[in-house]
Amino acid sequence: MATDIIIHDKKDNVGVVVIEKITAKQECKCWIMEDDSSTNIQSVDEIPLGHKIAMVDLKEGDTILKYGHDIGKVVKSIKKGEHVHVHNVKTKKW
Amino acid sequence: MEIPKNFLGYKRENGRAGTRNHVIILPVDDISNACAEAVANNIKGTIALPHSYGRLQFGADLELHFRTMIGTGSNPNVAAVIVIGIEPKWTKRIVDGIAKTGKPVEGFHIERTGDIGTVMKASKKAQEFSQWASEIQREECPMSDLWISVKCGESDTTSGLASNPTVGNLMEKLEPLGVHLCFGETSELTGAEQVCATRGATKDASEKFMKTWNNYNDFILKEATDDLSESQPTAGNIAGGLTTIEEKAFGNFQKIGNLKFIDVLEPAEEPAKGPGLYFMDTSSAAAECITLQAAGGFNIHLFPTGQGNIVGNPIEPVVKLTANPLTAQSMSEHVDCDVSKILSREMNLSEAGDKLIETTLRVANGRLTCAEALGHKEFVMTKLYRSA
Repeated sequence: MATDIIIHDKKDNVGVVVIEKITAKQECKCWIMEDDSSTNIQSVDEIPLGHKIAMVDLKEGDTILKYGHDIGKVVKSIKKGEHVHVHNVKTKKW
Repeated sequence: MEIPKNFLGYKRENGRAGTRNHVIILPVDDISNACAEAVANNIKGTIALPHSYGRLQFGADLELHFRTMIGTGSNPNVAAVIVIGIEPKWTKRIVDGIAKTGKPVEGFHIERTGDIGTVMKASKKAQEFSQWASEIQREECPMSDLWISVKCGESDTTSGLASNPTVGNLMEKLEPLGVHLCFGETSELTGAEQVCATRGATKDASEKFMKTWNNYNDFILKEATDDLSESQPTAGNIAGGLTTIEEKAFGNFQKIGNLKFIDVLEPAEEPAKGPGLYFMDTSSAAAECITLQAAGGFNIHLFPTGQGNIVGNPIEPVVKLTANPLTAQSMSEHVDCDVSKILSREMNLSEAGDKLIETTLRVANGRLTCAEALGHKEFVMTKLYRSA
């Protein structure tokens, strides 16, 4: 039942940390809200509450999907388990 | 949970009902603030609403000023109004607008009298209004007398995961009871605008939304320098894990649940198409947005926050909820409804929605919100452009 990461939609390639923080190389339990399914991932970085983790390898130019929708583009390649934030993802809008 | 059929509100002359019973001292313009504040200081049970504008405005900006002033005075949370302005003409226009509700309202202008004489005359009338309003009792009102506005602030990813969907769950449960609902924040739907447009109940509503969003976005792109990324998302949003405006927008959008909006309102415009969900064109700055929604006639506000926005409003009680356990703990004096157990999966969304309905009704019945108890009364007029 304990969940470390919540993923909104099956299509999403990022999840959100919902505990105070996950440490590097932690085996994390993930819950996918859309279909109430579960998965696991090993973290690469330490990631704080509310921040995102990459569920797959992502390369520059890829689209980040959250809520099943486009929320921005990758500007620096990201490995599965790494922290996803303003240092490697930017808006497509402004 | 069985949702109660009634709440205890103040019935008004025009058939609306209030969750509060304020007597307000409303300055028409910036230079009348001192007078309005002196009257409110003299007469207990009254509150002044000082603000920064009201001189030399013109066109759509002036119309918005009048709409906000008249709408604020007309809000059912207000029992009676004293209007104070420098000149008689604009003062009278606001008095006449508010008088249409049937509530007691009286205007005073300062020119040819001065502050001291005006304070004396206005205080006498304010005392009469305050004592009169103090005898009005709460009565049973149907849930359909609730007009609920929503806006989120200092959002983080817990907003989109839990606190905003909790508001959405409340909307889904209360809409069938004939409640009026309102969301806004035009700029903060950027990235989710196409998806939001599909939620128009009619083709007309969808098109009106896209036109409104495009206008706002064009304005932002025209004025933007490289600092936009510090305003949207804010530093607080980023600290909370939000990376882009698109991510913030999809989180924001969770507040309306699965509902469709029946119309798009101008800023501070009162809805006229009956109960249901409305979109209002507003800024995404908390105090500006709530001030406009209150002027549109909404009598209770729900405010999900992630990192801990502390905003309040002088006439519309602002109910705060958060799903961020750190915020719930470190800023507990600002949190009316803690739904952080959603993240640990000890509470589901429907249970959170029920808890929020219960909190909302307690506040509608008279319980002070955290923001009210702490003295938050941010009244912030929206100004569209420079004065003439």
